[in-house]
Amino acid sequence: LDPGRFLDTGSQGSRSLAAHPGNQAPDDRPRAVSRTSEKDPARHAEQHEGLHYDIPLQDMRTLFPHSLPPRFSMQVKTFSEACLMVRKPALELLRYLKNTNFAHPAVRYVLYGEKGTGKTLSLCHVIHFCAKQDWLILHVPDAHLWVKNCRGLLPSTHNRQRLDQPIQASIWLKNFKTTNDRFLSQIKVQEKYVWNKQESTEKGSPLGEVVEQGITRVKNATDAVGVVLKELKGQSRAGRFRLLVAVDGVNALWGRTTLKREDKSLVAAEELALVHNLRKMVKNDWHGGAIVLTLSQTGSLFKPRTAYLPQELLGKEGFDALDPFVPILVSNYNRKEFESCIQYYLENSWLQHEKAHTEEGKQQLLFLSSANPGQLERLCAHL
Amino acid sequence: MAAPCVSCGAAVFYRIFLGGRVSLARRQGVWKAAAAELQIGAGSQILRLRHTTGVTTKKNVAALRRETYTVEFIKKQIEEFNIGKRHLANMMGEDPETFTQEDIDRAIAYLFPSGLFEKQARPIMKHPEQIFPKQRAIQWGEDGRPFHFLFYTGKQSYYSLMHEAYGKLLDIEKRQNQLQAKGLFSENTKTKDLIGSRWLIKEELEEMLVEKLSDQDYAQFIRLLERLLTVQCGAEEEFVQQFRRSVTVQSKKQLIEPLQYDEQGMAFSTSEGRRKSAKAEAIVYEHGSGRIKVNGTDYLLYFPVTQDREQLMFPFHFLDRLGKHDVTCTVSGGGRSSQAGAIRLAMAKALCSFVTEEEVEWMRQAGLLTTDPRVKERKKPGQEGARRKFTWKKR
Repeated sequence: LDPGRFLDTGSQGSRSLAAHPGNQAPDDRPRAVSRTSEKDPARHAEQHEGLHYDIPLQDMRTLFPHSLPPRFSMQVKTFSEACLMVRKPALELLRYLKNTNFAHPAVRYVLYGEKGTGKTLSLCHVIHFCAKQDWLILHVPDAHLWVKNCRGLLPSTHNRQRLDQPIQASIWLKNFKTTNDRFLSQIKVQEKYVWNKQESTEKGSPLGEVVEQGITRVKNATDAVGVVLKELKGQSRAGRFRLLVAVDGVNALWGRTTLKREDKSLVAAEELALVHNLRKMVKNDWHGGAIVLTLSQTGSLFKPRTAYLPQELLGKEGFDALDPFVPILVSNYNRKEFESCIQYYLENSWLQHEKAHTEEGKQQLLFLSSANPGQLERLCAHL
Repeated sequence: MAAPCVSCGAAVFYRIFLGGRVSLARRQGVWKAAAAELQIGAGSQILRLRHTTGVTTKKNVAALRRETYTVEFIKKQIEEFNIGKRHLANMMGEDPETFTQEDIDRAIAYLFPSGLFEKQARPIMKHPEQIFPKQRAIQWGEDGRPFHFLFYTGKQSYYSLMHEAYGKLLDIEKRQNQLQAKGLFSENTKTKDLIGSRWLIKEELEEMLVEKLSDQDYAQFIRLLERLLTVQCGAEEEFVQQFRRSVTVQSKKQLIEPLQYDEQGMAFSTSEGRRKSAKAEAIVYEHGSGRIKVNGTDYLLYFPVTQDREQLMFPFHFLDRLGKHDVTCTVSGGGRSSQAGAIRLAMAKALCSFVTEEEVEWMRQAGLLTTDPRVKERKKPGQEGARRKFTWKKR
C-alpha cells in the first residue's frame, strides 16, 4: 500500500491558532496536533496513530443509523462532526482485513478490553473502512438488546420451539436496509420462501423484497432476518461481494437472558430465533469475508463488573463456539493518544476550565481518568 | 493509698477570706463573733450578708457556700501528698528522693488503668497546689481597714499591676528624655524574638491575680505591655517576660518513616493509615509513572467513583508529584469512601520520607497527615439513632 498521505500541519496550525486567539504562548516544541486530514481509513497507517479523522455526516447516517454508543452520538451532535481517533488495535485489524484471503474460511477477530477503552468505536472504524471498500456490512449494534427488555415475544412460525422477537427484528431490518441499500437489488434469493398463505418470495427475486416483507409484516420479521442471514452466508462464497459481520456485545449470545415466557419460565439464549441465527452466522464455515466481534461487559447480564477477558465473558460454551479466533486487546490511551484527545477537546472548546490547557491540569486529568477514554470523556463533560 | 491527693495550696495567703459565706461548722462561733465586731465597721457588704445567714436554711447554706479550704487543711494535704509520694515510690521500687511528677503520673496510670475517654476524669495524683484553686486571704485587718491602698477599686491586684507597669513606662520615658537632652541617646533597636511566645490569655491572667477581670481590662493591660515593648527598654525585659508563654512548635512531632531499599535498588517507603473502620497500608516507590494498585487491582477498577480517585490524587497533586511515584496498597474494612481516605493518609505519610521538612510542614497544615478522628457515634437508649429521637406523638 503506498503511503501517499500527508499531514496538513499548516492548516492545522492555523486552525488551532484561530481557536485560541492569543492565549497560547509560543513555545519551541511542536504543538500537539490532534487531527489528520486523511479521510479514507484504507490509508491510515502508524503515523496517523493518535490522530482524529472525521467521517462525513452523510456517511454517518448511512453506516450507523442505530449503532453508535449514546455518549458518542451526543458528542457528534454537540460538535456537529464525527471524529474518530486512529488507534493501534484498529490499525492492526485493518491490516489483517486488507490481507484477508477470501478463499479461506472467515477469520474471527475479537476485540476485548476493560470497560471504556474504545472497543465499540474501534469497531465503528473498521466498519467505515469496509464500507469504503464496498463490502456488505452486517452490523448488530448491541446483541444485548436482543436478550433483555423485549416485549412481544411470539412463538416462531418457522420452528415451534423457538421464540420470535418481532420488534427488534424489524428495527434491525430497517437499519440494515439503510446501510446496504445498493446491494439489496443486486443479490438474488436462491430459494423460494413462503411467508403465509398469501405472500411468498420467488426464487431469483432481489433480497430487497425479503427485507421489505420483514419490515411490513412485522410478524415475519424474525424469519426474514433468518432468511437474509442464510442467503448472505450462502452467497458470499460466490464471491460477488464481501461480507463483514460485525457484532457488538457478542457475549450476549451465549449468556443468560432475562426474558420470560407467559408462564414465567426463563428463556434460554438459544431458544430465541434471532440469537440462533446469529450464532450460525458467526460460525466460520463460510468464506468470502470476515467476522469482527466485540465483547462488552457494560450491557451484559449477570457478569461481574471487573470481567473483561474472553474466557470470563463468553463462558465455556461461547468460548468453544468461537474458538479459534484472533483476540485483539484494546487498552487505555497511551501518552500520545491522551494528549491528542485533550487537544481535540480544546480545539472544539469543550474544556472551559481555565486550567485545562496547562500541564498541571492535564496531569490531573490523566491521573483521575487513568488514561481510560470513557472516564476521560465523562470527566471532560463536567469541565 | 487511694486519696492522698486532696490538698489545698493556699500557703501564700495566711488568712482565708470567706467573702461573707459561711465557713466550716466549727468556725461558726468565731465567725459570728467576728461578724458582731465587724458590724460596727464600714461594710455594707457584711451587713447584707448577715441577713442572709439568718434567713437561710441549712440546705441553702450548703449551696451558697463556696469550697473554702483553711490553711491548715491545705498544709495537711501537702504533707499527705508528700508521704503518699514516697509510699508510691517504694511501691514502684524507685528511689523516693528522685521521684518526679512524671514518674507519679506513670505509676498512677499503671496502677489504675482507666478506659475513660475524658482525660480529666481519670485518676490523678498531683500536688495540692494544682488541684485546689487559689483562694484569697482576708484583705483587711482587725480594725476593718484594708491592707492594700487600692482595695476599694474592687480589683486591687489588677490595678496595682497596671499602676506598676505604667510607672515603669514613665521611668523609661524620663530616662530616655534625659539621655536625649544629654545627647547620648543611642538608637539601639534590640528587637526581641517574639516569635515562639505569646501573651498570657485572660484566664491565665485571672488565675495569676486571683481576681475576675473583664475583657476590656485584659485588653488594656496587653496594650500597655506592648507599649512597653515598643519603647526600647533593656531593664524591663524580665517584667514583660513574666507575661509571655512559649508556644511549642508542632511540626517537630511528625514522625518520618525511614526509606527502605528493595532488590533492584529502588527506594520505597511504607506506612499505614486509618479512617473510620478502614485500615490501609501503602508502599510508595520513588520512581514510577503514577500507577496505583489497590489490593492487586488497578485503582480505576477498584474505585469507579471519581470522588474516591480525587482523594487519592490529593497528596500527589499537593506536592506536584503527580506522575512520579508508583504505589501498591492493601486496604480492608470500612466502605468505599473510608477506604479511599485511609489510603490517602497512608500515602501522604509514606511520601514524607521523600520530601523536604518544609513540605512536610505544609502537608501537616493542609491536613494530609492527620488521622480523621470522626467515628460512628454510639446509639443511645431511648433514641432511635445517635441523634435522632423517636417520633414525638402529642398523645
